[in-house]
Amino acid sequence: MKFGVIVFPGSNCDADCLHAVKAVLDQPVEYIWHKSNSVDGFDCIILPGGFSYGDYLRAGAIARFSPVMEAVINYAQKGGWVLGICNGFQVLLEAGLLPGAMRRNNNLQFICQDTYLKVENCSTPFTALCHPGEVLKIPVAHGEGNYYCDEKTLKELKQNNQIVFRYCDEMGKVTGEANPNGSINNIAGICNRHGNVLGMMPHPERCAEEILGSSDGAVLFKSILASWQRRVK
Amino acid sequence: MEPRSSEKLKPGIWREMGLTDQEFDRVKEILGREPNYVELGIFAVMWSEHCSYKTSRPVLKFFPTEGEQVLQGPGENAGIVDIGDGQAVAFKIESHNHPSAVEPYQGAATGVGGILRDVFTMGARPIAVLDSLRFGSLKNSRTRYLFSGVVSGISGYGNCVGVPTVGGEVFFAPTYEENPLVNVMCVGLIDHKDIKKGVAAGIGNPVMVVGARTGRDGIHGATFASEELSEESAEKRPAVQVGDPFMEKLLLEACLEVIKSGYVVGIQDMGAAGLTSSSCEMASRAGTGIEMDLSLVPRREEGMTPYELMLSESQERMLVVVKKGTEDKVKEIFNKWDLEAVVVGRVTGDGMLRLTEGQQLVAEVPAKALTDEAPVYQRPYSEPEYLKEAQNLSPVKIPIPDNYEQVLLDLLASPNIASKEWVYRQYDHMVGTNTVVRPGSDAAVLRVKGTKKGIAMTTDCNPRYCYLDPYMGGMIAVAEAARNLVCSGAKPLAITNCLNFGNPEKPGVMWQFRRAVQGMSEACRKLNTPVTGGNVSFYNETKGTAVYPTPTVGMVGLIEDLDYCCTQDFKDEGDIIILVGETRVELGGSEYLSVVHGLEGRGTPPQLDLELERKVQQAVLEAIKKGLVKSAHDCSEGGLAVALAESCISGGIGAEIYSIENIRGDALLFGESQSRIIISASENNVAELIRHLTLMEVPFTRLGTVGGEELRINLMDSGCAAGRPRPVINLPVAEMESRWRGAVKCLMK
Repeated sequence: MKFGVIVFPGSNCDADCLHAVKAVLDQPVEYIWHKSNSVDGFDCIILPGGFSYGDYLRAGAIARFSPVMEAVINYAQKGGWVLGICNGFQVLLEAGLLPGAMRRNNNLQFICQDTYLKVENCSTPFTALCHPGEVLKIPVAHGEGNYYCDEKTLKELKQNNQIVFRYCDEMGKVTGEANPNGSINNIAGICNRHGNVLGMMPHPERCAEEILGSSDGAVLFKSILASWQRRVK
Repeated sequence: MEPRSSEKLKPGIWREMGLTDQEFDRVKEILGREPNYVELGIFAVMWSEHCSYKTSRPVLKFFPTEGEQVLQGPGENAGIVDIGDGQAVAFKIESHNHPSAVEPYQGAATGVGGILRDVFTMGARPIAVLDSLRFGSLKNSRTRYLFSGVVSGISGYGNCVGVPTVGGEVFFAPTYEENPLVNVMCVGLIDHKDIKKGVAAGIGNPVMVVGARTGRDGIHGATFASEELSEESAEKRPAVQVGDPFMEKLLLEACLEVIKSGYVVGIQDMGAAGLTSSSCEMASRAGTGIEMDLSLVPRREEGMTPYELMLSESQERMLVVVKKGTEDKVKEIFNKWDLEAVVVGRVTGDGMLRLTEGQQLVAEVPAKALTDEAPVYQRPYSEPEYLKEAQNLSPVKIPIPDNYEQVLLDLLASPNIASKEWVYRQYDHMVGTNTVVRPGSDAAVLRVKGTKKGIAMTTDCNPRYCYLDPYMGGMIAVAEAARNLVCSGAKPLAITNCLNFGNPEKPGVMWQFRRAVQGMSEACRKLNTPVTGGNVSFYNETKGTAVYPTPTVGMVGLIEDLDYCCTQDFKDEGDIIILVGETRVELGGSEYLSVVHGLEGRGTPPQLDLELERKVQQAVLEAIKKGLVKSAHDCSEGGLAVALAESCISGGIGAEIYSIENIRGDALLFGESQSRIIISASENNVAELIRHLTLMEVPFTRLGTVGGEELRINLMDSGCAAGRPRPVINLPVAEMESRWRGAVKCLMK
């Protein structure tokens, strides 16, 4: 299975994602330059975290116009698997591949800390190996992770089972206190209707190896490979 | 107001630029004529204290700088130490005090930018940033403004570039009320074969300006950094630069790519004094000259004069000397990253820095006159008057508190001891996926991917000790930094330092400076941690009063095998707690005296026996490497009780302690005697551990056991009739944690 990690100017988790794929899955993985017009030949595309184009406007607002994004949008519309992490999630929102928008964290500060996530949807390729309601410890690191959408969209997200991760406490209880940034409904990650595009603020690549204090993030990478193996069989 | 180079100098104009009359005479002597405005500006900035080290140079000679681990000592953009297998660590610390005092966000942000460039200009990829910050009291609203501005500046810049901020320290004392200290350290990883230096070698080689365009910002910033802050300092805000971390990220990637390409001869950051310092320093190091046509320098606005172009401190720029004929290849790499790279001149053989604007000559100065031949001052020094009185404090006059629980809670809530989570939560401390031990420990630890190795790093300095005895304080700063690394299981390798002092033209300040450097040197020699570079920041004064002498030490160490990396938290029920080292009646300069008795910066600081220190460190490090130790924590501010509380809080588990009260109780619990480390071990390793410590000839005491949900400390009378232990502290870990964790956050609300 071949992974591609998009490199926008200002991406800074690109190398971390590349490393995680190698370390956890030992599968081929390559960078894809933002000026590239094609993402052919890849089985999963990762949009990494960082500050694409400095994020001086709105996070992800400029990256969305990169040449490569047209290819990514086509790829996603054909059912290709796309994982957007942190800034990658913001780019997916700006590109219209996922609904809603990001606001600044409600305390107006950048927040870097471990969070607990309740897995709400195990039927995506990215969460296939999780159990419903499983609690994962995965860190966040962002200034604009306060996810927002209107009532109608939220209702649709719920109806279509598009909410994949919600912030919770260690025991799996979804509480206001467990919400680090004020995001609506404690949303930490959502997918599109078909489940082939996932955006999440927490960083699974930062906790995919035991030496980093938690390997809970590895389950996402393992799920992707397992789902792919199932699909090609 | 901008004079053209052809105009005759206004009498006394050099004084406005910070040169003395004697220095001006020296300039005329060197040139054999009167300088023009551009030349005068160049001399003024290069001979400023900030760039020339004219006061500090003779004193810095005390530092030991050699060791088999040192690949690059002082004099380059960063120091480099060997970590084996063809790999090395590049690191450096620098101050951004004055800019941060007038514009905290940008001052701190550009401090991060500058130190990152110092490291990647050597060819190293920055893997971590640490900050050592000092402010006035948090009860003061201006301090809170400065503190939050500095933290968001560091966060805004470092997070965007994608280099984790993994550690450092924050210290509050009234002395920093209007002159905060912002010291930033960067650590980078490099293969020996990729090491690059700031040399303009090879006559005829092209000189290129790369990165951001030059604007009118930060002109004379280095001169501003070389004077005392005053009421008018706010007007110098234009001397503070503005950072663009996105540009920095592109520059970082492009520079590392171009360095790997093999086209680069020499490369240097345009930091303080911008194009001026980078060009003359590179030429001077290589014994060459440089000529540049300033009309070719890319600029942000029209009409910039040669004077402005040479003195601008616009950020995110580099000067690169490349191999002749590779200009286009180099441009291609920078263009890939959407950056400009322009040839502005070439290396010459005549040792001159020659600047033209088109065909017209605008300045011609010997490069070495600006660097190696800058003035050097042996300034007078004498013991400052305050010292005797500040030191004079008889312990007999300090009442012994009757409630040690309250003392412990008050210390845990003191901002100097309380959790700095409010700070490091704003820093991305995990990007890069190397952070093995996160902020909040004695030292941060990063793994080296593809190996079993780890790099431990820390910054340290207790400025109160330095104020009360700069020699002892300087020694302790080095010793404590090393002790912190040892607690993580690392062998200390070398230091970088940031020497923050007041106005050196005052003999008392000069005395503090000399004594501190001598003390540090002594400790560096004994602990085999040579100095690989650093930075001196003088004139940290407000309204005529110097800040506490603050020689910040940044240290790196090597963990050969991360399986034997150690942390401070107590681990398991039933583990045995041992104190390595000795506790004496040493209350001077302690946090306890300041918080509980209102005696800020009084008494004589704790004494340091370097031989004992070395033995304690060696014994603990070897015990960790043997796998005998489950936790190790340095006893520092707040003493034994605070260190025990911290190990409990971070481990989420209590402890039961029994100690003989052979000295007064407050000194035993809260005194800050040096060379002490609290370790814990599983019961079945204790016999071997004790044998090991005995063989190593270090003093140690068995203190008690890990377990329960409270920290319980019991004291016993000394002598044979010890009697029943008296419980003096019995506090739930949760209660201590909430005081410790909430204090800074609460003050910043």
